[in-house]
Amino acid sequence: MSGNDKTEQLREQIVKACRARTPLVINAGNSKSFYGRQVEGEALPLDGHQGILSYQASELVITARSGTRLDELEAALDQHNQQLAFEPPLHTDQATLGGAVACGLSGPARAFRGAARDFVLGAKVINGKGELLQFGGQVMKNVAGYDVSRLMAGAQGTLGVLIEISLKVLPKSEAETTLAFEVDAAQGHQWLRNWLHEGQPISASCHYQGTLSLRLSSTENSIKQAHSRMGGEIVGNELWHQLRHQTHPCFQQDNLWRLSLPPSTNIHNEDDQLIEWGGALRWKASNNDLFEQARRLHGHATRYALRAASRQQVFQPLQPAMLAIHKRIKQAFDPHSILNPCRLYEEL
Amino acid sequence: MIPTHPNKSLIVRCLQKILPAASVLHETEDLRPYECDGLSAYQQLPLAVVLPETVDQIDQILTFCTKQQIPVVARGAGTGLSGGALPLENGILVSLAKFNRILHIDIENRTAVVQPGVRNLAISDAVREYGLYYAPDPSSQIACSIGGNVAENAGGVHCLKYGLTVHNIMKLEVVTIDGEHLTIGSDALDSPGYDLLALMTGSEGLLGIITEITVKLLPTPETANVILASFDDVATAGQAVSNVIADGILPAGLELMDNAAVGAADDFVNAGYPRDAAAILLCEIDGSDTEVADQLSRAQQLLQRSGATEIRVAKDEQQRAKFWAGRKAAFPAVGRLSPDYYCMDGTIPRHQLADVLTRISELSDEYGLPIVNVFHAGDGNLHPLILYDANIEGELERTEELGGKILEVCVEAGGTITGEHGVGMEKINQMCVQFNEYELQQFHAVKQAFDPNGLLNPGKGIPTLHRCAEFGAMHVHHGQLPHPELERF
Repeated sequence: MSGNDKTEQLREQIVKACRARTPLVINAGNSKSFYGRQVEGEALPLDGHQGILSYQASELVITARSGTRLDELEAALDQHNQQLAFEPPLHTDQATLGGAVACGLSGPARAFRGAARDFVLGAKVINGKGELLQFGGQVMKNVAGYDVSRLMAGAQGTLGVLIEISLKVLPKSEAETTLAFEVDAAQGHQWLRNWLHEGQPISASCHYQGTLSLRLSSTENSIKQAHSRMGGEIVGNELWHQLRHQTHPCFQQDNLWRLSLPPSTNIHNEDDQLIEWGGALRWKASNNDLFEQARRLHGHATRYALRAASRQQVFQPLQPAMLAIHKRIKQAFDPHSILNPCRLYEEL
Repeated sequence: MIPTHPNKSLIVRCLQKILPAASVLHETEDLRPYECDGLSAYQQLPLAVVLPETVDQIDQILTFCTKQQIPVVARGAGTGLSGGALPLENGILVSLAKFNRILHIDIENRTAVVQPGVRNLAISDAVREYGLYYAPDPSSQIACSIGGNVAENAGGVHCLKYGLTVHNIMKLEVVTIDGEHLTIGSDALDSPGYDLLALMTGSEGLLGIITEITVKLLPTPETANVILASFDDVATAGQAVSNVIADGILPAGLELMDNAAVGAADDFVNAGYPRDAAAILLCEIDGSDTEVADQLSRAQQLLQRSGATEIRVAKDEQQRAKFWAGRKAAFPAVGRLSPDYYCMDGTIPRHQLADVLTRISELSDEYGLPIVNVFHAGDGNLHPLILYDANIEGELERTEELGGKILEVCVEAGGTITGEHGVGMEKINQMCVQFNEYELQQFHAVKQAFDPNGLLNPGKGIPTLHRCAEFGAMHVHHGQLPHPELERF
C-alpha cells in the first residue's frame, strides 16, 4: 500500500536525543496540543509518517502508520461500511491515528461500544532508548507477553513513540436514529438506565438544557420497535457529530472541565452541565479546581480548555503509591525521560 | 523421596504465625492436589501452600516472602491450560480459593464487586435474577475463577462481539510484592494516568496479587438463535466466516469444527451433527427479537451463497442448546478418542485459515500424531487438539514438539502463540519466536517496575534471554544469531 515510511529517521532522532538527553516533543497534526501540559524540547514530527499498511474488511482490522490522518483512515473504512467504533474526535482535519491512540480520547459511543484502548490490537513503538519494538498484533486475541500496546493508549507518547498501530474496526449499523425527550437530567437518566437494562439498541446519550437525546443504532426494524417502546421525538443526527468532534457550543468555554464519574453519581438538574455516556461523562464550566470534588465522587477530573495551552495541572493528581509505580513504568520505557517529559504529570 | 527444603520447617512455622494451622499445607499428601494446574503434563510440589482469607494475611505473606526472598505463585481454581499456576519447588503457592465471595452487586451501574476466587459462572448465576450476566465465558467457566481469568485475560466463544476479560472489567485491587496496595481502574469509565488495568490483565501473576475485581455486567439479550451450516471443505467454511463478517454481521458466536471434532462430539452428546461434513459452522446471533430475525435471515443467505451444503436454524431453545452441546463438549469428546490430548491455542488472521490447517495436517502426518481442530472462527483463535498416549515412551515430548511447531506456523502466518490460554510455563520457548531480545528486555523492565526482585511467579510468562539462547530456534534471521553476547550451550 502507499504512504511514506519515516521509521528509520525517527529512530535516529530518538537515539541521538537519548545520547544527548534532549527532551523531545512528539507531534503530528497538533490538534490536541491542549490536552496535556506544555512540553519544552526539540520537535519530533510524525506528520508525513503515514499510510495504511493493511486493511481487509473481513478481518475487522486496520493497520496504519501513526501519522496517517484520521479522515483518510475513516474514508477507507467507509468504503466497506466499517468504522472506528470509539469515535475519536477530529478537532481539526489534521488529526492523526497516532494522536488519537496516544491521547486515548473516545466519542459519544464510548459507554456503549468501548474506548480507544479497547480497540487497540497491536502497536510498533520506539522506546526512549531508540529501540523499535512490536507488541500485540493484528489478531483479535493475543495474550503473549504484557499488553504493552494497550498501555500506549492514553500514555501520550511518554512511554514510546507510536510508529504503527493495528485497530479492531466494526461494521456500521444498518440504521441510526436520534430520539429527543424533554425531561430533566435526573429523570432522563433513570429512563435511560431502564432502557439500557432492557437491551434497547442505544449507542450514545446526551443530556443538555432540559433535553435528553439518545442515538439508536441497529437494523431498521429493530429501531422502529425500540422507538415505539421508548417514545420520544425523532430528530436529526447532527448532535453526535458536534459532540464527537467537540464543536458543540459547550466545548467553547475556556474554563471547561471533563468529569469522568461512576454513571449513577448524583445527577443534579443543572442546566449548564452536558452529560454523556449514560451519566459517566460530564462537561462543566468552573473557575475552581474540580479535582477534589471528582475524587470524592470516585471519579476524576480533567481541565479541558480546547483553545488555551495550559501550564496548569491538566490531569487528576495521582495518589502517592500510584505515582510511584507510574514513575517506575516511565523509567522502564524511557530511562532518560526524553519522550514528552512532563506532558501528563510534572514527575513523569 | 522428595528432597526437603533446608529451611522448610522454619518457613512453615513462620507461615503458621500468619495463618491458622489448617491454612498452611506442607505435608506431601496435602500438597499433591496443587502440584499442577489444568496442564497436567507439568507437575511440581511447592514448598508449602497457603490459603489466606484476608488481604491483611496476603500482606503479611508477601512481606515475609520478600524478606526471605521466597518466590510466590498465586493460584485461582487451577484450571489454566498453560501451567501458569505450576508451583515452584522452593516457592510458596498462594491459593485464593477462600476469596470466594461476591461482595456487591450494583444494578444501577451494572457492575459487581467480587473476590478473585469466585467462579466465572457464579457471577452470571448471581445476577441472572436482575436480567444481567458477565460476558466472557471460557469453556472452563463452571470451575475457573475470575482472578485467574484476569491473570490470563480469558476469552471464550463470545469474544468477537463482547470482548475479552480486559474489556469486561472496571477496577482491580492489587497488592504488590512489596506490600503496596493499588487501586487500578475505577468505577468511572476511565482513569487518569497509564492504563494499568490493561497491563495487569493477562500478566499471569507476574506483577501483583489481585484481591478484588469489579466486573462489568451486561443485560441478557432478549433472544439468541443459532445456525448450523455444513461444508464439504474446511477452506470454504473459513471463507464463509469472512463473508458473514465482511457483510456487517457481528455474530455473538462463530465456531468451526472439523470432521474429526464433529464425529467425536456427536458420538459423545448425540448433537445430531451432519457427520459426513468436512466442517460445520455454528453462527449465533443475539439481540432484540427483530434484530435477531433480520440478521439471522441475512446470515443464512450469506452462508448459502458461500457454499454451505446444508443449513439448519434452531427451531427452539431446546434445539439451540443441542447444537451448542456438541461444541461445548468437544474437548471431553476428543478425550475419548485417545488416552491423552494436548490443547493448543494459536491465533491467526482468519484469511490464513486454509493454509494454516494444511500445514497443521502436514505436521500431523510428519509426527504420526492425529490432530482434531476446533476453532473460534470469529476471532481467528485455533484450538488444535493433538491426540497422544502419555504411556508411550517419548510421545509426550514429541507432542510438545509438534505443538511448538504449530505455534510457530501461527506466528509465521501473522498470528500469535496464545490467544487466550496464556504463556505460563508451556509456551515460554515460543515467546522467543514471537519476540526479539529488545522486546523481551522491555517486558523484563516492566516486570522490574512492579517486582524488582523477581519473586512473583518467576520463570513463567516471559523467558530470560538466556533461555531463548538455549532454545536456539529463535529469530535466526539471515544466518545471524540473535544473542552473540550470550554463551551457547
